[in-house]
Amino acid sequence: MTIATIDAVPATRPVATYDEAVVRLFVVAAMFWGIVAFAAGVYIAFQLAFPALNLGLEYTSFGRLRPLHTSAAIFAFGGNALLGTSFYVVQRTCRAPLFGGWALSRFVFWGYQFFIVMAALGYVLGISQGREYAEPEWYVDLWLTLVWVAYLVVFLGTVLTRREPHIYVANWFYLAFIVTIAVLHIVNNLAMPVSLAGAKSYSAASGVQDALIQWWYGHNAVGFFLTAGFLGMMYYFVPKRADRPVYSYRLSIIHFWALIFLYIWAGPHHLHYTALPDWAQTLGMTFSIMLWVPSWGGMVNGIMTLSGAWDKLRTDPVLRFLVTSVAFYGMSTFEGPVMSIKAVNALSHYTDWTIGHVHSGALGWVAFISFGAVYDLVPKLWGRKELYSLRLVGWHYWIATLGIVLYITSMWVSGIMQGLMWRAYDHLGFLQYSFVETVAAMHPFYVIRGLGGVLFLLGALIMVYNLVRTVQGHERAEAPLARPRSPSGRTGALNPAE
Amino acid sequence: MAIREPIFSHARIEKNGLLMLVLVLLTISIGGIVEIVPLFTIETTIERVQGVRPYTPLEQIGRNIYVREGCYTCHSQQIRPFRDEVERYGHYSLAAESLYDHPFQWGSKRTGPDLARVGGKYSNEWHVVHMSDPRAVVPESIMPPYAFLAARAVSQSDIADHLRALRAVGVPYSDEMIANAQADLRAQADPDADTGDLQKRYPKAMVANFDGNPQRLTEMDALIAYMQMLGTLVDFSAHGLEDLKQ
Repeated sequence: MTIATIDAVPATRPVATYDEAVVRLFVVAAMFWGIVAFAAGVYIAFQLAFPALNLGLEYTSFGRLRPLHTSAAIFAFGGNALLGTSFYVVQRTCRAPLFGGWALSRFVFWGYQFFIVMAALGYVLGISQGREYAEPEWYVDLWLTLVWVAYLVVFLGTVLTRREPHIYVANWFYLAFIVTIAVLHIVNNLAMPVSLAGAKSYSAASGVQDALIQWWYGHNAVGFFLTAGFLGMMYYFVPKRADRPVYSYRLSIIHFWALIFLYIWAGPHHLHYTALPDWAQTLGMTFSIMLWVPSWGGMVNGIMTLSGAWDKLRTDPVLRFLVTSVAFYGMSTFEGPVMSIKAVNALSHYTDWTIGHVHSGALGWVAFISFGAVYDLVPKLWGRKELYSLRLVGWHYWIATLGIVLYITSMWVSGIMQGLMWRAYDHLGFLQYSFVETVAAMHPFYVIRGLGGVLFLLGALIMVYNLVRTVQGHERAEAPLARPRSPSGRTGALNPAE
Repeated sequence: MAIREPIFSHARIEKNGLLMLVLVLLTISIGGIVEIVPLFTIETTIERVQGVRPYTPLEQIGRNIYVREGCYTCHSQQIRPFRDEVERYGHYSLAAESLYDHPFQWGSKRTGPDLARVGGKYSNEWHVVHMSDPRAVVPESIMPPYAFLAARAVSQSDIADHLRALRAVGVPYSDEMIANAQADLRAQADPDADTGDLQKRYPKAMVANFDGNPQRLTEMDALIAYMQMLGTLVDFSAHGLEDLKQ
C-alpha cells in the first residue's frame, strides 16, 4: 500500500465532498508513530533495568531517547490521531468539506510529519532545549507554529463554513485544544538563538519564572493536548459507536468551560516545595483539586452516554476500548488532584509514581480512545463492511489492559517505596538508606514495568495486523463475540418485563 | 403570557465560531496571567543573597552539555525544604541560585540523585571515572556511560556569541567578559595559566585540569567544571533567615 493509494480520492465520489483521504493519511501516520513510540518506551524502560542497553553510544543513551519516546507518544501518535479525527469529525458534524481544500490540508499533514522527523533527529543528535515535552529547538518550533496556524485555519474555516446551525460539542473541545496549544507553544518557546546558522538557543526567561512558564506549558500540554483534544474525540466516537445521544447537553456546556478555565492554573503543582513562591504553589494546588469536578463531569457524560446500550459492550470490543478509556480518564483525573495535594506530592514528586500516573492517562485514556476511534474509522475510510476480526480487537483489548495494569501497579509500588526510603530514618536518627540503595530496590519493578510495555506494544502490533487485513478487504470467518443466546431467546440477563 | 427569550443562551456561542474562539482565548488566559506575571513584578520572588554570578564560559558550555544529553530526565536540581533532603543534599534550593539558568534545569524525576549542590562533593578524578564508566565506582548505578565526552574537543570559536545571546536574555555579561570569553574558557582548564582576571570576573571559579588530560580542552572538562560549581556560589553562613524570605 503506497501513500498514493491512501491519498487517492475514490472515483465514485465527487471531489467537492468530504476529504477522507487526508484522514486516511493521518490514521496511517498515527499507527506508524504509535508503534515507534511504544517500542522506544519499551527500550528505555529496559535501559533503566539493564543499563548495558545504553550501548555506550551518545545516540542511544537514555537522556536522548527519553524525549524521543515522550514526543513520539504525545505529538506523533497522539497528535496524528487528534489531527486526523478532528478533520474527520469537523467535516461530518459541520456537513462541510475541509476549508482551504486539498493543498492546505496536505500542507498540514506533511508539515506535521516534517516537524516530527526534525524533532526526532534533533533529540538523537543532541539538539534539545532541555524543556520537558518542548525539547525541539527554535527552528523546529517556528516550523510547527506555521503548521499549527494552517491547522487552525483549516479547522476554524470549516466550522465557519458549516451547514449546521450549531457547532457540535466535539468541535468546541478540538477548537480549545488547537487555540490553547498555539498560545502555550509560542510563549514557552520564546528564546534567543545563538546564531541564525546554528541550532542552539537560550530561553527568554530564567530560573523560577522559566520554571513556572515551562510547567504552565507542561501541565496544559496534558490539559489541552492530551485531555481537551481527546475529549473532542470522545464526544464524537462514543455516541456514534454506542448509537446513543450524548448523556447531558447541559453537563457538556458546564464541564467544557469549567475545564478550560481551571486547567490553565494547575501548572504550579509540578513545582511544590521548590523555590517557586508559596502563593503560586497554593494557587496551583487549589485549582488542581477543583479540576477534579469538571474532569469527572466529562467522564460521567461519556460513560452515561451508554445508558440503554450497555449490552453492546458484550458484542463490540471497539466500544469496550472507548468506554474503558473514559474509565481510565476518570481514574487518572482523580489520582492527579490527589497527587497535587502538597502533603501527598512531598512523597510522590521526583518518584516513579508520577511516571505511573502519566501512563495511566497516556495508555489508558489517550491510547485507548485513539485505538477505539481508529478501529471505528478504518472500515469506514477504506469502504469495508467490518474490521477483519473483532476477536483480534478483543485480544488487543485484554493484552493491552494487562500491560497497563502491570505498568501502573509496578510504578505505584516502586514510586511509593522510593519516596518512603528517601525519608526513612534509623533508630539513631540517621538517614537509613543511601541513594543508590533506593536505585537498586527499583530493579524488579523496572523489569515488571518493561514487561507491561511489551504487552502494550504487542497489542498495538496485533492492531496493525488487523487493520492491514481490513484495508486489504479480508474478513476473518469467526464466531461472533457474544455467547450464543439461550433457547428462550434471552442472553442471560433479565428482560425489563420480567 | 408570552414566553420570554432568556437573556443569555449558550446557543449564541454555539452558533458563532468566532465568538467561541474569542471566549475560549479569554477563558484560558486568566490563570496564566494571574500566576506568571506577578513572578516578574514581585521583587521578593528572588531572595536577596550574595554570590550568585553568571556562569564562566567553560561552566556554561558544560551546562549546555548537561542540557544536550538530557541529564534533567533523571536528575533534579532542586532541593526541597525537608529534613531528609537537606541532610542528604544540603541547604534547600533558592530561586536566586538559578537566576542565570537559561533554561532552568530543576527537573521532575530523581532516577539519580539531586545535583543542585553536587559541587565539591567528589574529586575531579572521581567524576572522570564515573562519567566514563559509572559502574566502576558505583556498582548498582544505572546511569549510561559518557566516555565519549573525554574524546571530544570543546568548540571554542563561537563562545562569545553564546555569551552575547545570554546577555540578550538578561544575563549581565559585561563587554569585558565577552571580549575575554575565549581566553577565560582556556584558562579555567589550565592550572598553569594566570587566572587572576578570570577569578575577578567570576569569583569562586574553580581552575583545574578537570579531565586529567592537559593537551586538550574536552567536553569532559566543561561538564565537570559545571558540576563542580553547582550549589557552591551562595555562602549560607553569611545569610540570616531574613535574606532567604520570598
